[in-house]
Amino acid sequence: MIKVENLCVNYGGIEAVKDISFEVPEGEIVTLIGANGAGKSTTLRTITGLVKARSGSIKYMGEEILGKDTVSIVSKGITLVPEGRRIFPDLTVLENLKVGAYLRKDSLEEDIEWVYSLFPRLQERHWQLGGTLSGGEQQMLAVGRALMSRPKIMMMDEPSLGLAPLVVKDIFDIIKEINKRGVTILLIEQNANMALHTADQGYVMETGRITLSGTGKELLENSAVKEAYLGK
Amino acid sequence: MSAITSDMLLQSLANAITLGSLYALVAIGYTMVYGILRLINFAHGEIFMMSMYFAFYFVTAAMLPWYLAFLFAIACTGILGIIIERAAYRPLREAPRISLLISSIGVSYLLQNLAVVLFSGIQKQFPPVAMFQDVITIANVRIQKLSIYVPLITAVLVIVLLYLVNKTKIGMAMRASSKDFETSRLMGINVNRVIAVTFCIGSVLAAVGAIMWGLKYPKIEPYVGTLPGLKCFIAAVIGGIGNIKGAVIGALLLGFIEIFIVLFFPALSGYKDAFAFVALIVILLVRPSGLVGEKIANKV
Ligand SMILES: Nc1ncnc2c1ncn2[C@@H]1O[C@H](COP(=O)(O)OP(=O)(O)OP(=O)(O)O)[C@@H](O)[C@H]1O
Ligand SMILES: [Mg+2]
Repeated sequence: MIKVENLCVNYGGIEAVKDISFEVPEGEIVTLIGANGAGKSTTLRTITGLVKARSGSIKYMGEEILGKDTVSIVSKGITLVPEGRRIFPDLTVLENLKVGAYLRKDSLEEDIEWVYSLFPRLQERHWQLGGTLSGGEQQMLAVGRALMSRPKIMMMDEPSLGLAPLVVKDIFDIIKEINKRGVTILLIEQNANMALHTADQGYVMETGRITLSGTGKELLENSAVKEAYLGK
Repeated sequence: MSAITSDMLLQSLANAITLGSLYALVAIGYTMVYGILRLINFAHGEIFMMSMYFAFYFVTAAMLPWYLAFLFAIACTGILGIIIERAAYRPLREAPRISLLISSIGVSYLLQNLAVVLFSGIQKQFPPVAMFQDVITIANVRIQKLSIYVPLITAVLVIVLLYLVNKTKIGMAMRASSKDFETSRLMGINVNRVIAVTFCIGSVLAAVGAIMWGLKYPKIEPYVGTLPGLKCFIAAVIGGIGNIKGAVIGALLLGFIEIFIVLFFPALSGYKDAFAFVALIVILLVRPSGLVGEKIANKV
């Protein structure tokens, strides 16, 4: 569904992403793991057009999207749950959900119901300003907001960051549930264990390069991954 | 302070509400632009000035009836606001905020000098419209009809604006963009268009204010926007810049301060234009975030 080829991204003189290639097949959960500063967020931000690439190619369902602006990329059905949640602090919870559906013109009722069923907490607090939610609630809202656009592919940048262990498990269950509904998922995670257990495919990124790839299971058993990311 | 009659009080009340309403229309433009770009748009007073000239020429040169002339002047001012944003601010979207501020000062001088070149520095008389300027007497208070129309028009426009910002899709996009351009783009919001709409609304409101200002104080010259612009900026700061209701409250407060200090202390009337600055200093000392300050902080 998304095919990245030979992607290079620079920030000024710093090469953040160095010639990476990977693929996200339709209907799957793909995860990208790696240490801090490896270039994971940069990769996702480049796919959504927030960061300009130096060279390479990003194809979405066969169509080149590199160089297009963010609004036209997201309007094709790509959404990003950004790093650090980035919910709108002075919009209410409900308005945050509605803004997620900004490009849609049809009725939102059904989708709002679905998001509320995934995150009942959001329904209780639908009138509350986004900025007054707890960190975990904000994360739920960020996921809910992304779902409201009815994405074909949802990219998530560390959705489990700062969440209590039990809630992390919930979030991963919800990711699976979203995927069952036909949404392809590209997931960035520090929690390699959870991510690899959830994902069909995984890629390991180190200082701007992809160094390993395989199914979630293969990577879980890979000794290098065990040592570096699973703490074993 | 001898012998202030109730008639004088009522008279001043009417004047204060009128003046405050005029300030409000201009102050809203400052606050909306600040809200979305964190920019103090120094050119806003010149947008005000230009719309007076637009109205003047539509009446005197194009010989249009006043209502059409005013309508066209308001439309032209809206377009002017969009052009200014497009030419002077959009290219600086990623630049440090100070560049934006300097650019707005540049636009301000450019428009002033453009007005001198195009319209000459000689003072012009704003075209009179009897319907607004006739004087009527209500309960011993003699006021221009304008004093009734101005607060009414302002109230209607403010209500429409608040509805637009709080209840419509474009309003939601404005509130979202004012916090976070990048995430707004991820939601599919065309941030540049939202900013253009914001400038257009601010300029249109300033044009309405400028035209009513011209009917009340009918002289036009290239620097006519400077002082009202400065005062309305102060009104926006007093109210809590970035907040529309705050701008209206600040503007009304400023109108009352100016009129009533002159009423109670006639000796100070020569310093009338300085009150706003005193009020600004007091507010900055007591409540730096303004009367209606920012509600919540950003949680990370
Ligand atoms: N706007 C920027 N300007 C300059 N350098 C940047 C910028 N954004 C990121 N970088 C650098 O690019 C590299 C990759 O950053 P990126 O955010 O993609 O890492 P990451 O893999 O998401 O890390 P983390 O797990 O800590 O979120 C880092 O060295 C970072 O310092
Ligand atoms: Mg990151």
